[in-house]
Amino acid sequence: MIARTLIKPSFYQDSVALMGVARELRGGAGIQEAAALMGTPANRELMEQAGLLTAEAAAAGPNDLVIVVRADSEAAAAAALARAESLLTERRRRVEAAGRRLPRTLDSARRQLDGANLALISVPGPFAAAEARKALARGLHVMLFSDNVALEDEVALKRLAVERGLLLMGPDCGTAYLNGVPLGFANAVPRGRVGIVAASGTGLQQVVSLLAAGGEGVSQAIGVGGRDMSESVGAAMTLAALDALGGDPDTALVVVVGKPPAPAVRGRVEARLRALGKPAVVAMLGRAVSPGRDGLLHTVTSLEDAAAAALAVLAGREYRARAFADPDDAGRRIGERQRALAAGQTSVRGLFAGGTLAYEALLILEPLLGAVGGNLSRSAASPHRIVDLGEDEFTRGRAHPMLDATLRAEEIARAGKETAVAVLLVDVVLGHGAASDPAGDIAPALEAARAHARANGRGLAVVASVVGTAGDPQGLGRQVARLESAGAWVLPSNAQAARAAAAIAGGAGVTQKLLGGESR
Amino acid sequence: MDEIRDLFGREIRVINVGLESFALVLESLGVPVIHVQWVPPAGGDPARARLLALLDDEDGA
Repeated sequence: MIARTLIKPSFYQDSVALMGVARELRGGAGIQEAAALMGTPANRELMEQAGLLTAEAAAAGPNDLVIVVRADSEAAAAAALARAESLLTERRRRVEAAGRRLPRTLDSARRQLDGANLALISVPGPFAAAEARKALARGLHVMLFSDNVALEDEVALKRLAVERGLLLMGPDCGTAYLNGVPLGFANAVPRGRVGIVAASGTGLQQVVSLLAAGGEGVSQAIGVGGRDMSESVGAAMTLAALDALGGDPDTALVVVVGKPPAPAVRGRVEARLRALGKPAVVAMLGRAVSPGRDGLLHTVTSLEDAAAAALAVLAGREYRARAFADPDDAGRRIGERQRALAAGQTSVRGLFAGGTLAYEALLILEPLLGAVGGNLSRSAASPHRIVDLGEDEFTRGRAHPMLDATLRAEEIARAGKETAVAVLLVDVVLGHGAASDPAGDIAPALEAARAHARANGRGLAVVASVVGTAGDPQGLGRQVARLESAGAWVLPSNAQAARAAAAIAGGAGVTQKLLGGESR
Repeated sequence: MDEIRDLFGREIRVINVGLESFALVLESLGVPVIHVQWVPPAGGDPARARLLALLDDEDGA
């Protein structure tokens, strides 16, 4: 076994482009492992952990591109490095073929694109605030996709944005829609009457996808970043976005998605919501939230309810939360899966790509099953676990699970071998920017886990939801069909999937609680 | 917030700084977009890049 290295000095490539190169190389004959990374200290450490830090790689600098392959033979290694060269050349040629000379600075970009009004910034976190500041200083609105931006930078950037009347969406803003243009990781949805302020990318994706399924679209959806409603940031962008949506004639109703605001800013946010003069649906997911209505303000406790309440209000109907869209069908499927379980199979294992979807599942499971462990809670001793695989601990040096399913497939395989696990609960997130076949990326692991359980006398239920629309590049119908072919029960929302998982693992008591009032 | 409301009435024209894939998606949707060939400043040293950013050193290239 040998390791060979290719260094391209001062050759910067973004992380998504490099992920594509590494994936391609790993698929080559005789290749055991491959890395394609910029030579930053953090990346060199990762290569060391993976046993890929060759002497050449160790000597690389942060702006040098490092490609290392571990191969069975010299010939396989040479072929892989040649392939890497040609992939990188192809990328460059594609860009040049488009007849463009790419600008290297914001100012030259502005000269090339008349009337530019938005900077979409996704450079690595330590460099992101400076780019955002430059854009704001030039009168550009900013969507800051980058994460790992310091809190004090966020506070300063938002202060500057508010002074200038500009949007600073983010940091860590995964999704936004402005005037029908989807930005970042975004589903294909129609324009419509619902304006959204979202502190969560996947939360926003779930809401707009469900609105689209109900025939409604989005006027504007403004991402504000997960820390906007903290005491330090003071809801600076939430308040600015609410003001803008309040005055927008195309927005008939406003939805707010996030977590409950810090006590110090709650009053200001609530006052602004009441001053909108339009109906508002508030989905600030948290343990102490109870649903209800107060004038034009509707408070809901799940992303699905946010969409359903918005649809009902716009249609002039009263809204009533439901556990399942089709309780009879749910009751039948829950029963079938419960009967297949062996004694001792009582745990739910949630393996999520979407952070807010994981958190929503946690909030739904806790009151039904008791404490739930995982990386979003402190209840380590619980038999149930919800894991957000998009957390930093899993994404250092590798792409987000919405792009790269390798880690999730491994976790699915591991969970399938645990005798106490009754249900695997998963999400699949579609849209522009996401993987090209996210259901297909995890389906083989799901099939294998179910087959392994079956061979050992256990029935393993797989419960899933797909966040997406028929118009998404991956196609909602095709992705659902792929999961179903792997034996998954696919529900229309993450909230319903979480309830189904709780009922299957929790037995008759939980099932009765969820279906009791509804099934005939 | 007049600037924001003003934006709601305009065509969105995007300068993309970072992941090229975002620019390719916008281009495929017919959204005016220009991708900046960004390179980490200051030789990729975040601390030095911070100092440089204080000068806002657009070189106009």
